[in-house]
Amino acid sequence: MIDKIVRDMAEAMAGIADGSTVLIGGFGSVGQPDALIEGLIEQGAKDLTVVANNAGTGRVGLARLMELGRVRKIICSYPRSAGSVVFEELYRAGKIELEIVPQGTLAERIRAAGAGIPAFFTPTAAGTRLGQGKEVREFNGRPHVLETALPGDVALIEAWAADRWGNLTYRGSGRNFNPVMATAAKLTIAQAQHIVPLGAIAPDAVITPGVFVDRVIRVDRGAPWA
Amino acid sequence: MPFDRTAMAARVAEDIPEGWFVNLGIGMPTMVADHIPPEREVIFHSENGILGMGPAPAPDAVDPWLINAGKQPVTLVPGASLFHHADSFAIIRGGHLDLCVLGAFEVAANGDIANWATSENDSAPAVGGAMDLTAGAKRLWVLMEHTTKDGRPKLVETCSYPLTAAGVVSRVYTNLAVLEVVKGRGFVLAEAAPGVSVEEIRAKTAAPVWLPA
Repeated sequence: MIDKIVRDMAEAMAGIADGSTVLIGGFGSVGQPDALIEGLIEQGAKDLTVVANNAGTGRVGLARLMELGRVRKIICSYPRSAGSVVFEELYRAGKIELEIVPQGTLAERIRAAGAGIPAFFTPTAAGTRLGQGKEVREFNGRPHVLETALPGDVALIEAWAADRWGNLTYRGSGRNFNPVMATAAKLTIAQAQHIVPLGAIAPDAVITPGVFVDRVIRVDRGAPWA
Repeated sequence: MPFDRTAMAARVAEDIPEGWFVNLGIGMPTMVADHIPPEREVIFHSENGILGMGPAPAPDAVDPWLINAGKQPVTLVPGASLFHHADSFAIIRGGHLDLCVLGAFEVAANGDIANWATSENDSAPAVGGAMDLTAGAKRLWVLMEHTTKDGRPKLVETCSYPLTAAGVVSRVYTNLAVLEVVKGRGFVLAEAAPGVSVEEIRAKTAAPVWLPA
């Protein structure tokens, strides 16, 4: 019997190696896999490259992982926001590498990785600082920048409902990067608010097919904020 | 009297016809939605995967699973849809948005826009979706004050700040005027705010302001 549901967080995090590239879903706190990030902090992997839209806020979650010196490099679109204090400190001290990627290019690089596309041309960032040093080609009279796929060793995902095959649904704006990242890692781990029997998610309602998911853990996170 | 912030947002809203798919940037552009009359169907997009975004909810009706790109709680209108980030930016980059309205630090006479990094030395500026929106929307309108707080023109010959995108702005709405950005010509005055003279607009613009032919 296929059963991707793990018993505890240690099992969910087993085998994540030092030096891994970790894709972390979420936009704001919605769809953010808080419990898995805590699990990764506990698990101990270091020298990580983290791919996420933001660079963490406050001193918990991703910010905590960074503050503990476990993140070598962050790849994101929006490093600075209200409360990104840990990133600011580390960045100013030269203790973390930063790669800024336009949000749509970030999503597409991850999508490409999951879809077996090694690189693509995009009009985004052509003629700007973020396009510098990249191959530029003209299509339909417009300059386009070559961007490469961005695969992960691990993806950490937050879902709404999951079954034992790893089929996932999401709630509200909680989809964001999650379904894209789920396709792009060698090891995709999902925390789900609800575990439901196989077949309870109607085939039409599955957003992430279980083929993309390796491990599922139930985390009753409640509301993402407020 | 120049337009105040509410009048500026209302002025943009006036020009958005029924049926358009529109993305509004953070800050003043967000206010544009409040000025679309309820009987006019305009569909608002949010980068984090929403089409059919409605107004902010009442404090007792907040759904914590539903936020916009500014991370504020929002609502959905009947007919709304939700999707992931790659689809959301396919909508943007694929040219499916009729309009994007953004703020800016500077707009140049050739349509260049600078709105993400405040200097070449800022090594960790937040770009978010700005470069995708500016490159991808069918039309890019900018809504901003005509000058900085200390009176420096924001409509310029050449942007001094790092570019977000080159040659993409087609119209600028300010507290003083509405200006078209015309290829090969530059800023063309479409409308002055009530009581604002052409001389004043020209004095506060660091590039030629042409009158419509």
